Amino acid sequence: MTRIELVRRPQHSALFSVLSPFIAVLITALIGGIMFAMLGKSPIGGLHAYFIEPLTEVWSIHELIIKATPLILIAVGLSVCFLSNNWNIGAEGQFIMGAIAGSVMPVLYPGITGPMVLPLMLVMGMAGGAAWATVPAFLKARFGTNEILSSLMLVYVAELFLDWLVRGPWRNPEGFNFPETRSFHADAILPEMLSASGRAHYGFVFAILAALIVWFMLSRTLKGYEIRVLGESPRAGRFAGFSAKRMVFFAFIVSGALAGLAGIIEVSGAIGQLRPAISPGYGFTAIIVAFLGRLNPLGIVAAGLILALSYLGGEAAQISLGVSDKVANVFQGVLLFSVLACDTLIRYRIRIVRPQPAAAPEPAR
Amino acid sequence: MSPDVIQAILLTVVTAATPLLIAAMGELVVERSGVLNLGVEGMMIIGAVTGFGAAQITGSPWAGVLAAIICGALFSLPFAVLTLSLATNQVATGLSLTLLGLGVAGMIGEQFVGLPGVRLEAVNVPFLVDIPLIGRLLFGQDPIFYLSIGLAVGVWWFIFRTRAGLTLRAVGDSHGSAHALGINVLRVRYLAVMFGGACAGLAGAHLSLVYIPQWVENMTAGRGWIALALVVFASWLPLRVVIGAYLFGAVTIAQFHAQAQGVAIPSQLLSALPYLATIVVLVLISSNRRMTMRNTPASLGKPFVPDR
Repeated sequence: MTRIELVRRPQHSALFSVLSPFIAVLITALIGGIMFAMLGKSPIGGLHAYFIEPLTEVWSIHELIIKATPLILIAVGLSVCFLSNNWNIGAEGQFIMGAIAGSVMPVLYPGITGPMVLPLMLVMGMAGGAAWATVPAFLKARFGTNEILSSLMLVYVAELFLDWLVRGPWRNPEGFNFPETRSFHADAILPEMLSASGRAHYGFVFAILAALIVWFMLSRTLKGYEIRVLGESPRAGRFAGFSAKRMVFFAFIVSGALAGLAGIIEVSGAIGQLRPAISPGYGFTAIIVAFLGRLNPLGIVAAGLILALSYLGGEAAQISLGVSDKVANVFQGVLLFSVLACDTLIRYRIRIVRPQPAAAPEPAR
Repeated sequence: MSPDVIQAILLTVVTAATPLLIAAMGELVVERSGVLNLGVEGMMIIGAVTGFGAAQITGSPWAGVLAAIICGALFSLPFAVLTLSLATNQVATGLSLTLLGLGVAGMIGEQFVGLPGVRLEAVNVPFLVDIPLIGRLLFGQDPIFYLSIGLAVGVWWFIFRTRAGLTLRAVGDSHGSAHALGINVLRVRYLAVMFGGACAGLAGAHLSLVYIPQWVENMTAGRGWIALALVVFASWLPLRVVIGAYLFGAVTIAQFHAQAQGVAIPSQLLSALPYLATIVVLVLISSNRRMTMRNTPASLGKPFVPDR
């Protein structure tokens, strides 16, 4: 039987470190084309609708930036977690708690206005996300509780908490019983960058800044080195005097704060109030973004734009081709699979072993 | 409370517990082979949607059950190829299986939204089912419940009483030694992962053919993740998975009964109970290190690349 064999490379392949994300995108496009053909659509037309059409109009580039903002912010934080071997997969919950904490001012104290409201909201959003992320961090550091499961469970709890708030105590008193909070006043809205041409707001600037800062920390500071060492070899890290427990807190708090910031930016910049559902799964899609960007904050910026494109493409394809917008989620899943498969090329050479003819007797030596 | 009411409550507990039990039992076998598959939620929802769809098309719920088992096993294959043949990170690959499963199921299921489902009817053993208190509990449940009990006993027997089970444990505890003994580590793991997929698929079918016989997007609602937690809770022992599943079934059901009694607690807090309970249980288990360490497969989550 033909089978795959892996041969370890003596060193990581520099070539495939650069190429693997591109190969992954190509494979995804290929699988996407096949999928469109199976749905009875033209593969070229489908891919065009997904990945080209949204880039042809200015307003839709604004939308692209709006969608990329939370993805980049969350994924940049996740890169710190994943590099240090802390599996925070509850960013969706931290996003929601950030949005809730950041909305305290405009929802509960709508009378307080002025230029200080917005910065306060952003700080509270970060604090909310960080606090929610501290729970799995504490449980992991103190009791050794699996952070994958605890952080994920807290996503459901955060969603239910938001649902309760907007249907109960935070419901807009003048809102005809709709499950939503009052609309934010003007001072609580994140301003648009170029309001003449579209809705893109200043959140994108925060995303770029966050990527630059975390990139600098990871590649140019001792902290970045500590993150990598503890991630790759906790034992070596211990000998170097690094504390794995403190790293758990550091990684979760950084990523929680960035996810919380993404949450309040989304609510204040794109939505303008709290609703029962404020995220189309940004916290989970950001995991794909982090891996597609090879856990490098600068790569994550590019990856965030690509994944944002898949959301817009989903909407565009629904309108122009009549395919379900759920196809976008399938694309995202396939993309992550391809990325992980291609990353194997960095560490291993792949050899296809064909069935050998009946073994000849070994010649005597 | 009359015996009938008690029995009715117990029945709802068992029905809520069955999909957890089946999915966790499958994942237990996977983890015993040293592989951590976080894609349970994804395989489960694939089972739910294909089970629903096949039952719709054929009109037979049994065709749905069969389709769910097969599709669950097939859907686990991309995970197996990546983590086993390509030695990718198991955590990340399992996550992507869950994301992909939710996406694919959402896409397939769009045509099923709002359709009345086909229910897999309960087995009713004549006369015995009328015994008070335990009649319906033992002799009047859906067929998948009986399958789940058989599965639990079978998995226990397989792991602790057969040579193949010993091989499975050897692979999970030390893949290097197992390989040196001539065991085909990757083949054992492929089979284990596909068994886990088949179980998750069956668990999904229980949701869409018995528990709520219709298709609702994201209807697994985190049950796949709770099943993963159950395996940790059970410290990789099949009989403890059974106990854990029924405890979680009871927690899930408590919210409905509390709501029916008009308890003045927000419904969202009650809905959050299973998730909060999962965290509490994980903390209790993990703080008792001796108990967890004793049964944890030593190679769990570590990729294996045979030297050649």
